[in-house]
Amino acid sequence: MVTTPATGLEGKVAVVTGGSRGIGRAIALGLSARGAKVAICARNPEAAQKVVAEMEAAGAEGMAVAADISREAEAEGLIQAGIKRFGRLDILINNAGITKDGLLIRMKEEDWDMVLDVNLKGAFFTTRAALRPMLRAQSGRIVNISSVAGTMGIPGQANYSASKAGLIGFTKAVAKEVASRSITVNAVAPGFIETEMTAVLSEDRKKSYLGQIPMGRFGAAEEVAALVSFLVSEAASYITGQVITIDGGLRT
Amino acid sequence: MTDVMEIEERVKKIIVDQLGVNAAEVTPEASFVEDLGADSLDTVELVMALEEEFGIEIPDEEAEKIVTVKDAIAHIKAHPA
Repeated sequence: MVTTPATGLEGKVAVVTGGSRGIGRAIALGLSARGAKVAICARNPEAAQKVVAEMEAAGAEGMAVAADISREAEAEGLIQAGIKRFGRLDILINNAGITKDGLLIRMKEEDWDMVLDVNLKGAFFTTRAALRPMLRAQSGRIVNISSVAGTMGIPGQANYSASKAGLIGFTKAVAKEVASRSITVNAVAPGFIETEMTAVLSEDRKKSYLGQIPMGRFGAAEEVAALVSFLVSEAASYITGQVITIDGGLRT
Repeated sequence: MTDVMEIEERVKKIIVDQLGVNAAEVTPEASFVEDLGADSLDTVELVMALEEEFGIEIPDEEAEKIVTVKDAIAHIKAHPA
């Protein structure tokens, strides 16, 4: 008898927001490699399509949706598109995130709003839409990609840090609301991961951050993807409302 | 042509399935929360199940008014698909 490993995702359908680059891309490919059908969204559809092409080249099914999840109709449309194409929804990864850095004293209202709208309000819209099919199925997995910015605060990122801390409160509240229906909701808080988002840091800042990381290196997006793949698997069925930090020992 | 009796039976069946109660408890006056032990999420799921069964959409402000078995049946009768 062939048994499916408890961490396999065969037959599952996932939606990953912000799946075209960085951590989101690695998560989308990781879920796909474990057998899930994955719908990804990005504001840039061509970049998302490239990731889907990678999944398809490996013999998996995927789809790209152009959506700005800070808009209610587009966020709900994304969830509906995934369900329409693949027939169900098991996994939602709220990963889409942007930065508009600057010292608070000089931060413009629009930079605050834009970051909060995408990083936090977007997760509200997609989660609300995804809970309907998950409640019906009495199962589901939601993972919100927070950040150590949300737990320790990063200067120059008051807006980003607030949005990521907001995701943690959101995670815990929603986890309690739906726990009785076997739906788990968790947050992952990555430290410094090598992506385009951290590539823009100055050499001095990188060096200073590296000095604080006991492992002495930035993380890889694939390492975050491996954690997310575990959290959405059957093996993680009793883990909910948690914030799992993945940061090479930065905060411990 | 939806028969009135048929609607009542279908609504009752959904309530029995959704809340895991005995059909005998599902009297017209029974309140989902007070009498049938539903919590707030149960009532949301109940409305979702009614929407699917009858192919209708029940707006939140209407859903809030559906408190008893009788309310649910009356709403469905008043809003055919």
